[in-house]
Parts: sequence; structure tokens; C-alpha cells
Amino acid sequence: MITFVKRPEPSKVWTIATPILAVVLTMILGGLLFAAMGKDPVAAIRTIFWDPLFNEQFAAYSRPQLLVKAGPLILIAIGLSLGFKAGIWNIGAEGQYIIGAITGASVGLALYPLDAWWIFPLMVIAGALGGFLWAMIPALLKTKFNTNEILVSLMLVYVAEQILASAALGFLRNPEGNGFPGSRNLSQIPAMSNPELITGTGAHWGVVAAFASVVAAYVLINKHMLGFQIRLTGESPRAARFAGVKDKLLVVFCLGAAGALAGLAGLFEVTGPAGQISIDFGAGYGFTAIIVAFLGRLNPIGILLAGLLLALTFIGGELAQFMLGLPSAAIQVFQGMLLMILLAMDILVNYRVMLVKKEAS
Amino acid sequence: MTELLKVVGLTREYPGVRANDDVSFSIGTGEVHALLGENGAGKSTLVKMIYGLEKPDAGFMKLRGGSYAPQNPQAARAAGVAMVFQHFSLFEALNVAENVALGMENPPKMRELAASIREVSENYGLPLDPDRIVGDLSAGERQRVEIIRCLLQDPKLLIMDEPTSVLTPQEVEILFKTLRKLQSEGTSILYISHKLEEIRALCDGATILRLGKVVGDCDPKVTTARAMAEMMVGQTLHVPSREGGETGEVLLEVKSLNFAPANPFGTKLKNVSLTLRAGEVLGIGGVAGNGQDELLSVLSGEARTGKGAVMFEGQDVSHLGPNARRKIGILAAPEERLGHAAAPNMSLTENAALTATIRKKLSKNNFLNWKKTEDFAREVIKTFDVRTPGPGSAARSLSGGNLQKFVIGREVLQEPKILVVNQPTWGVDASAAADIRQALLDLAARGAGLVVISQDLDELMEISDHFAALNEGTLTAPRPAKGLTVDEIGLMMGGAHDMEVAEL
Repeated sequence: MITFVKRPEPSKVWTIATPILAVVLTMILGGLLFAAMGKDPVAAIRTIFWDPLFNEQFAAYSRPQLLVKAGPLILIAIGLSLGFKAGIWNIGAEGQYIIGAITGASVGLALYPLDAWWIFPLMVIAGALGGFLWAMIPALLKTKFNTNEILVSLMLVYVAEQILASAALGFLRNPEGNGFPGSRNLSQIPAMSNPELITGTGAHWGVVAAFASVVAAYVLINKHMLGFQIRLTGESPRAARFAGVKDKLLVVFCLGAAGALAGLAGLFEVTGPAGQISIDFGAGYGFTAIIVAFLGRLNPIGILLAGLLLALTFIGGELAQFMLGLPSAAIQVFQGMLLMILLAMDILVNYRVMLVKKEAS
Repeated sequence: MTELLKVVGLTREYPGVRANDDVSFSIGTGEVHALLGENGAGKSTLVKMIYGLEKPDAGFMKLRGGSYAPQNPQAARAAGVAMVFQHFSLFEALNVAENVALGMENPPKMRELAASIREVSENYGLPLDPDRIVGDLSAGERQRVEIIRCLLQDPKLLIMDEPTSVLTPQEVEILFKTLRKLQSEGTSILYISHKLEEIRALCDGATILRLGKVVGDCDPKVTTARAMAEMMVGQTLHVPSREGGETGEVLLEVKSLNFAPANPFGTKLKNVSLTLRAGEVLGIGGVAGNGQDELLSVLSGEARTGKGAVMFEGQDVSHLGPNARRKIGILAAPEERLGHAAAPNMSLTENAALTATIRKKLSKNNFLNWKKTEDFAREVIKTFDVRTPGPGSAARSLSGGNLQKFVIGREVLQEPKILVVNQPTWGVDASAAADIRQALLDLAARGAGLVVISQDLDELMEISDHFAALNEGTLTAPRPAKGLTVDEIGLMMGGAHDMEVAEL
């Protein structure tokens, strides 16, 4: 009989080892799944994990996609992880992401056709501010009226989606677009575009911001008093109050920081890879980032790796779909399997597995 | 006397520690048997095995001659073994009868249950109204709920884990009458306590544990408390003594303070006034739940009060938060170690940063200096003899007594001007408790003012210059501790809270 015995403290070795073990286990189980569907399991796994980066034929296209997809995921997840660590559950990052893109794009398009170096930085500030203000709605409602930030932030995603639709069809619609919905293409306007900085890498300013946020969050969490207070609040709210943490201010900070980073991600996306405000601009990065944050165990380095891994399975999954003819449902099952196994393996961090001989009753 | 329970060679090992090592003893029918030992001696593990919460790695038990190996507490209860835990598991929002019903496998109809609760409670001199909401009950009354829950099962063996730690002297007397009545009816009682005088008054036999092993048996009626304590600790006890230094100028003044806590089951503080001088130890007694937590929170700054209610060195500090108060020298150590005084999953180093960053200057420009923090944690561990692998260990991995030493040490080493502590030696073994008291007295001797809130009256009498009692949120006028009798103290604590002994 197998029993689980709680460890006196979380195991450091397993904290690092479980994600690696989980990926390996997913490859094995996923391979079995693909084999059962009559596909070559080795080829399928290689197509998902290897080909996007190293296959001569596709890598030129798909390798840059890795950073393009991982950038916003990491940037948003870093912001969310601060709140999650403190027990503040912002799940409306998708809305903050959309609003950031709209405010940033609005500021830029209001100045069109002016051409000046300061326009893009101004849009960046406007994007962050837009996301920040959108996140202030649940923050202030929570601190003033003790509302539930989970519900409020989630509901505001749908409000943001309506504003997005109205922007694409109304106030931001391209006047020279022959009546099609969608704004001017910002990536085509030199003063407002967010180009690929090094050719062939996919790295744009959003990716730079994502890496910078990883470093900043690492320093904040591990060295700074505020990061300590965030962790303390998540561990034990009463001990945090005893330590002098101003809990309302912390709610405002955590939601505000997450909103600002999500707004930034939206702005970099709309000026770069997406190019314009369109009805389907919200691609779900804000929700996927929640998974990235937990997959990375709310640790900045972990989030960096989780963002890259998730982006890889998205790209590799697409590749497997049209190369091997795998149905998209099978790819989604595979991705779901990865998440489930990663989370299930968590038990090894807090518990040790023991084999116990069945005792005679 | 026939033998009820026989325990032979019980051994239980946890990773890294052998909690019980070849423990054997037996309890006769109708015997009150004491289980004595320091914290970490293995008492809890032993009773958990008897109650079916843990399984032994080796050894066996016999109940009334038959083999006894309970798989779970239900099986233990079915065999006639009941247990009253140190920490109650009651729902505050439900009434007494509902709480009792929740602990039963096949609860009878509410009305019948209420009638049998009334009957049992009166039979055993523990009056209790089955319709009252548990949230309104005192700690002593809550314990009655737990005891009656056990008695309704008609147990053959009743295990009691530190039952008197929450009771006034009068309530202790009532409890002892009940236990003696149970004994006279043939029920055996396994009684766990630190309080040696109680054991001498109540128990017929005692088994003494140290570091998981049985180190001796004795008849408590003929053995001195000191001799038992020395067997328990394995060394000669160090009893702290009050130097009796002159107390200095007024440090802290609380004037007619009224405070209503946010928690609906908390206790309102009503018109509380006290004065604390430099070098003084003010002991505050009272049964748990009479405003102790609230008093600590208004002194530590976790709760803010009206203007002018809390004055420090002549300045109004009522509006200051915990860190602003730490800066001027007011420190506190709350009762609840895990989750209030310390964060369970954080390391001792991080827990040192929890209160010490300001006075020990552990941060610069809001960046923490972890090296310096770790050094401070090491200093606390060394000075207060905290048994732990090192400052990297999580707080929850420490035993209760060791964590308490760490929490008290963390505050004492910051050299406060005022230190407020609640239950400084709760669950700490005798020798460590003596060390903690000595550290508190040394601090007072260096000129700090101390407010010591405790339910251990012996402790308060030992270290206090003045004594006051909390009773339903009001504080009695402090009186010099010297010469107070147990009866006077009992009266200050509000007697037995209308809980007279029912006529037997």
C-alpha cells in the first residue's frame, strides 16, 4: 500500500525536480495517446517539442514565434503572481490587457499623423496606465466595500471585450479602411510600431519588458520589504497585520501592478504582432497567464520557464496539427495532460511517498 | 484493582525522531493515571496511538485482556475509549446540543439529546444548557461540552489532555469533583498535565516520559512535586526569583479604554485602565476568552483605539500602527504562535524579519539585509536554546515549546521599553518555561516594563509585581502580587462565572 507522509517542510530538491519529471511523464503518456491514435509517437513528440526550434524547414518561422507568444504570457503572469502570492486573486488580466491596448492605441492614433520619437514611449505609458486604472476598479471596490475581487475582475473582462468591439467598430475604426472593422495598422506607422528588435528572434519591446519584469519581480520578492510583506500576507494574514502590513495598500499595489503589466502586454501586442485594434484582439493571453503563473509556482524564474514551455506546446501543437494531421482536440488533451501532471506532481514537494506493507487486521 | 488497559513496548518513529521508544505501562479499572513529561517527550504520540489516530510501528495494547489495535478514533470510541483534547473542536455558531450531535455516529433526536445532555451534566456536576450558542460560552464551559460529549458514550477510559490549562481555580475544583465521581463509578482516566500539584491531588499513579522513553513510575500522592519534576526534566530545576527592584517612572498609561473587536465572537474591552512603570511586571490573569487577545492587540497597535486611550511616556500613541510602536520601543508577543506571532511555512530567518527589521536595523532603503537577519535569527536560537537544525527551518517544523522560545527571544533581544506577552510559556516544558520567565525578569531588571498575560496563576505569582485580572473585558484594579491568596485571585477573576457546583 502506498501512503503519503507530510514533510516537515517543502522539499527543495523536488520543487525543482517535479516540473522536469512532469514534462518527461507527459511525453511518455502523450506518446501512448498518439500511438493509440495510430500516429508515430516519437515523431509526434519531436514535432511538438523539437521541430519548432530546430527543424531546418520550419524553425525560421516558428522559432521567433516562441518569444512572441511567451512575451505577453510572462509579462502578465509576473504581475498576477504578486497578487496570487498575497492571496489576492486577480483573474481579470485579460480585461486589463485589452484596456491597456485600447488606451495606448487611442493616445497614438489621436496624434496621427504626427511623427515624433516620443509618441511610442507615450503610448507605452498610456497602455500601462489604462491597465492600472482598469484594475483599480476591483481594488477600490474591495478595499472600500469588501467586494470579492475574483468576481469583479472577471466580470470586467466582459465589459472590456464590449469596449474593444465598440472601439474596433467605432471610435478607433480606420477612416481609410473602406468600412472594415479595425483600427489603422499601428505596426505600419513608424512612430507607433513595436518592431522585431533583432531579426529572426521575435524579440520586440514586450519581450524586453517581460525579461525586465522577471528580474524586477525576483528582486522585489526576495530582497525588498514589500515583497516580504506580499509573501507574509499570503502565508498568514494575521501575522502580516502583526508585522505592520497595511493590507488595503497591499491590495491596491498587487492589483495595480498586475493591471499595469497586463496593460503593457496589451500595448506591445497591439503595436507589434497583432498590429491593430480588432474585435478578436483579446486572444486569451490574460487567462492563459494564470496557468503560467501557477505552473511557474509563482516564482519569477519558474514563470519565465513556464511561459516558454507553454508557448512551445502551442506552437508545436499547431505544427503537429498540419504536419501529422493530429486533430486539434488531441493537442488540447496533450496540453491539458501536461498541466494536470505538473499540478499532481506537486504532492511530492509536500509529501513523501512511502510503501507500507499491508498490515494484518 | 483489575487491569483495564495495558500498553506493551509501543514504538512510533517519525522521520528523524523516535517519538515513542518501547513504552509500557498499564491503567487499572477506576484508576486516575497521570502521564507526565516535557514537551516533545512523546505524550501526545502515545495518546494518539491509544485513541486510534496513529498506529504504532511496534508493540501492542490490550484492553480488558483482549487485543486492542484501533484503526481509527471511531473504533477506539466503540471500544470505550474517549478523549478530551486540549484544543476544542467546536463550532461557535452552533448550540451545545448541535455540537454534541456532530460528534456522534448515530445522533438521537435533538430533543432526546438535549434531555440526556441535561441529565448527564447534572449527574456529574457540570451544569450546561444544551440550547446555548457555543460562541457565548467561556472556555471552561466549552470544555464541559467536550467532556459531556465523551460521557454520553459511557466510556471505560477517558483521556484528558491538559484539561485545567483554561480553568480558574474554582473551575478546577469542579472538574476534579466530576473526575472523582467518574472514578468512583469505575471509569479509568488517563490524565495529561504539566501541573504537578494537580496530579498529586488527583492521580493514583503516574508514568513519566522523557525523550520518548518511560523513565519512571511513581505514586504521586507520596512523591513531592519537585521530585517528579526532576524525573521529568532529568536535571535539577532552576527556579527564577524576583529581584524586587524598585520600579521607575511611568512608561505606559491606558485610560478608560473601550474597544470592540471586528470579530463577532471577540470580547469587548470595557473601561480598561492600567499603569505600567519602568522595571515593573504587571501580571494579568483571567480565563481565556475574556479579552486577552483584544488587550494585546490594542497595546501592540494591531487595533487602533480612541484618542488618548494609550499613552507612552506621556505621548498619545493610540493612533500608531505596530511598526510605529516598535520604533519607539513597544513590542508584543501574541499567544497564537503559528499564524499570528510567526508564519508557519516561512523560515526562522524570515520570521525574525517579521518583527525585528526596525529595531535591529535589518533593512536599508526598504531592502532587507538577509545576512544580518539570519545572524539575528541565529542569535535568538543560541541565546534561547531553540532546538532546531538552523535558521533555515520552517517555523512549523519546530515543536510548540521551541517556537515559543524563538518568539519570546525575538522580542526580548530587541531590548524593548515595553513588552506585552500573552501566554509566554503555554505548552513549554518546565525547564524552558523557567528560562523564559528568567529572561522576562532580566528584561524588567534592565528597566523595561512588562505586561504578562497568562492563565497560569503560579507563573503570574512567581514573576509579577502587580496582579490584575480580566473578566468579560473589564480589568480589575491592579494589586501588589505579594500576599494575594488563591481565593482573592479567584474572586478577582470573577469567581467561577456563575458556574456553581450542582448539588450532588
